[in-house]
Amino acid sequence: MAHEHKLEIFRGLLKFKSNTQKIWGVLIFLTIVTAIEVGLGIAKPELLTKNYFIGMKLLNWIFIILTLVKAYYIAWDFMHLRDEKSSLRRAIVWTPIFLICYLIFILLFEADYIYTVFKEGYKAWDF
Amino acid sequence: MDTTVTTGSEESVWGGGNQPLNASYGKMMMWFFIVSDALTFSGFLVSYGFSRFKFIETWPIADEVFTHVPFFHGNYPMYYVAFMTFILIMSSVTMVLAVDAGHRMMQKKVILYMFLTIIGGAIFVGSQAWEWATFIKGDYGAIETKGGRILQFVHADSGKRAALADFSKTLPEERVKHVKSEGVWYMEEGYKTSFSLNEVVEGFKASPGILIRTETINEEGEKTVLSREESLAKLTDASQVVEGANLIHNEYGSRLFADFFFFITGFHGFHVFSGVVINIIIFFNIILGTYERRGHYEMVEKVGLYWHFVDLVWVFVFTFFYLV
Repeated sequence: MAHEHKLEIFRGLLKFKSNTQKIWGVLIFLTIVTAIEVGLGIAKPELLTKNYFIGMKLLNWIFIILTLVKAYYIAWDFMHLRDEKSSLRRAIVWTPIFLICYLIFILLFEADYIYTVFKEGYKAWDF
Repeated sequence: MDTTVTTGSEESVWGGGNQPLNASYGKMMMWFFIVSDALTFSGFLVSYGFSRFKFIETWPIADEVFTHVPFFHGNYPMYYVAFMTFILIMSSVTMVLAVDAGHRMMQKKVILYMFLTIIGGAIFVGSQAWEWATFIKGDYGAIETKGGRILQFVHADSGKRAALADFSKTLPEERVKHVKSEGVWYMEEGYKTSFSLNEVVEGFKASPGILIRTETINEEGEKTVLSREESLAKLTDASQVVEGANLIHNEYGSRLFADFFFFITGFHGFHVFSGVVINIIIFFNIILGTYERRGHYEMVEKVGLYWHFVDLVWVFVFTFFYLV
């Protein structure tokens, strides 16, 4: 088995000397992202909670995007998908992404529909 | 970009024995397991989203639910969960370091890093148990209405939450828990709350400084606080006192919130627990020199994949349960 590691992250912006160094680098990055998330979660700046984008607060969009960023670095560097063949990587990554997007789309639309029925459809649920 | 075809010679393409994805059987199966497990977790998280969108106006605010840190008193939203996240990421890091040391056949280092990984996992599972215990025990207590909605109490002057003990009257009434030895017809009775409904209602009527907070979220993104008159009117709907949370009653708000909390964090906690057990087995194998004799540490890499996956799932649970 070959153990070559690709040592660049941020599309080559940051290049590490050894695999160990890269691991610590990624840890620092993940810690910073988590700290930003928690900081925003506690501060809740008005600018981000008052403004909406496609029905969701900007703050929540930021949380979700940062989560995906974290997930990317965990999968790519800790689970060393970066070093796997692209065919394996695509099979593993795109299959769940497609299915999950489909699931999210279907269930959240349905939930929103039920919400409107409860709200406007003359159905009492709080007696 | 790499190509899929890996063979050096034309003849062996169909002859078997080659690895088009350049991954061993075991590693690939671990990946496929992870993909299917990821779909299971997404099913749970999306159904959480479903219930939340359905009751978007009355869903509990996570900041107000998870406010405790062990050994400290006071209101510290998020800090402890953030700490748990950090612990799990940290144990992921020691796991990658173990895999890396394994590639370089350094047995002593693999042992050390595996040990640290196990410790991190144990701290995480312990923290989760503590979170559960705190959640089940409850905070301030609340009243459940006939419609199954939750009414919480706040101090009118400060806007801070009021515990039931702050205002409830102690009435000279005897509240006996129903036990099997009494009566022909026995129905198991759940927990006994520290105040009866009557004591809370009478106490509320006698203390003008207390208001009711409903589940409805207003435009400010906060729970609606009723006026004194509205509060008194609302209290006539009360059906029982709720302290803490279980699968049927939940003092923090929607009972679905508690159900999903137990189900999702429980399922994740079970994954972490089994991860720790598998890590311990591998840890002893490393000490015994199994992989040294085998000539490679691929087993460490495989459990590593599982361990990172558990971390990955937590990142999502953290976002959708505690942050969003």
